[in-house]
Amino acid sequence: MTMQLCDTPAHELSILLRKKKISAKEIVESCLERVAAVDGRPGSLDPGENSSQDNQSVHAMITLTAEKALAQAKGLDDKVARGEPLGSLAGVPFTVKDIFCVKDTLTTAASRMLANFRAPYTATTVERMLAQDGLMIGKVNLDEYTFGSSNESTAFQPAPRNPWDTNRVPGGSSGGSAASVAAGEAAISLGTDTAGSIRQPAAFCGVVGIKPTYGRVSRYGLIAFASSLDCPGPLARNVTDAAMLLKAIAGPDRQDATAVTKAVPDYVGVLDQGVKGLRIGLSEDYFKIVYMDAETGEMLQKPVPDEVRAAVYHAAEILKAQGAEIIEDVPMPNTRYAIPAFFVISRVEAASNLHRFDGAKYGYRTAQPKRDLREMYQATRNEAFGLQPKLRILMGMYVSAAQYSEQYYSRALKVRTLIRRDFENVFDPGSSYHLDALLTPTTPTTAFEMGAVYGDSVLMQYADQFTVTANHAGIPGMTFPAGLGADGLPLGVQLLGPDFSEPILLRMGRVFEEGTQAEAWRLQKPQVLRGLA
Amino acid sequence: MKEEISVEVFNHLVGLAALELDAEQATYLRRELNLQLQVIHELEAIPLEEDLKINAHGVKYEASITPQLRADEWIPYEDVEAILSQVPELRDRFVVVPNIPHEKLD
Repeated sequence: MTMQLCDTPAHELSILLRKKKISAKEIVESCLERVAAVDGRPGSLDPGENSSQDNQSVHAMITLTAEKALAQAKGLDDKVARGEPLGSLAGVPFTVKDIFCVKDTLTTAASRMLANFRAPYTATTVERMLAQDGLMIGKVNLDEYTFGSSNESTAFQPAPRNPWDTNRVPGGSSGGSAASVAAGEAAISLGTDTAGSIRQPAAFCGVVGIKPTYGRVSRYGLIAFASSLDCPGPLARNVTDAAMLLKAIAGPDRQDATAVTKAVPDYVGVLDQGVKGLRIGLSEDYFKIVYMDAETGEMLQKPVPDEVRAAVYHAAEILKAQGAEIIEDVPMPNTRYAIPAFFVISRVEAASNLHRFDGAKYGYRTAQPKRDLREMYQATRNEAFGLQPKLRILMGMYVSAAQYSEQYYSRALKVRTLIRRDFENVFDPGSSYHLDALLTPTTPTTAFEMGAVYGDSVLMQYADQFTVTANHAGIPGMTFPAGLGADGLPLGVQLLGPDFSEPILLRMGRVFEEGTQAEAWRLQKPQVLRGLA
Repeated sequence: MKEEISVEVFNHLVGLAALELDAEQATYLRRELNLQLQVIHELEAIPLEEDLKINAHGVKYEASITPQLRADEWIPYEDVEAILSQVPELRDRFVVVPNIPHEKLD
């Protein structure tokens, strides 16, 4: 298979465009051809039964913005012809998780509730990508309101499938983002991460994903799940492209009071600074899978699969060979409590955020005539919310009720302090560990089969058990592909670092990438690309 | 398994959440809520220091990175029509909804 423009790394596309060796129009057309070849029909509210063709397609898209992309490309090509300065993402095709508002474009949150909603403004992150001359190819599918780890809960079916094996889930909730990048529909994608929603699908689809430090990237224009945990961030096929996107979207924003004023480093410029002298920890607490016994309801633990552990140790060896110091047996004792705390905190925040969807001012409203406002609210919310939003609202209301709030909500917020403290203890330069990062598996397993977990809300949530700690602590996390499992599916490993340590994590990721360029698994391509000319 | 959220408690929650559910949905949702609560009870095993503070964002918002509050000024939105065009039912630029129920307080 010859390399198409749509498979070319973002940083190379940008250089080729600047050298006038390719045009923005050619880049967009290449991506649109790829979408036509592998994506199948876009998600819709009335999909009918899946055909066998559907079951072999990626279905990343909800809204393909082909005309806009071609118009943007024309504008960019004119700019190149006039010799004007170009933005850092010039010629880079991207997709956007359909949880970000983009003016005059459908912004659905993959819910019937917002299926007809045209955003009146554009999210800061997307605005910045467009201002840097990026080319938006389309808006991609997700779990409804981001509530899930497989993408199967989307109201827009067929749900996205994993490009490496279309019988497997792409992960979630940024599954459309990860699948679109892995399948070459775009070079990069903008996703969000509340418990692992960038990192888990990135790992499942064999791409790089970054959850930035909380406050590093503005949330303005992002439809909120859990406001104290949500982080917009990049997905890309390599570390350099992820760094480019992070640089473009990071920084203060007067529209978001939680977006910090700290200067944004040159994430791309630091990539080749190596890892000599950096200290990287390994923790046994990240090599245990917590799960619920189906019969007794007891919470049990078992080791991660050998291949998952081996992938992490292999990454450690590569980094060590380049001068990093590896420190084993780092204690992270509160890791196992991250999911229980998340069940409480995220549900309380989600319930609060979902109260605004009532059919009064925008979005879906029931067609049934109703006697009063309360009945209209009930019918609207019943008809337009899927099961996962309903589940989160109900749990959020229960654990924040006056009589239970101290027992559940306050306690969960205190446990969050302990989880943060685990990281502070090992990242503190004055501590005996003084780590620069912790290296862990991203997920307990490779991508699971479609339908295997969906419906079991506890098991699904535990897919995020190694990623959610970073959301509680606010720290950055990055996943990168680290090999293939026995099932031929990608394995991801994760780096977690202190607040605003993205440059260090990116350097480590880059060293791993360079150190494994010659490994056989790097030559493997996703299933959906293997038959293409 | 223990069912902490009874049918009565569940129905009360459904009302508070402004939802109405069919029997199949209600059965599924109540079962999942009880399973999730079982997981949440894990938190009770953790000894907490008495003066342990809650954590609201993870990251510490020190003064050096915290944006100043914006001036409390009203800024008119430039494209009111774009917002009004989203309203399910509009009359004379007012949002139309069914009657608002009132309860007489004693």
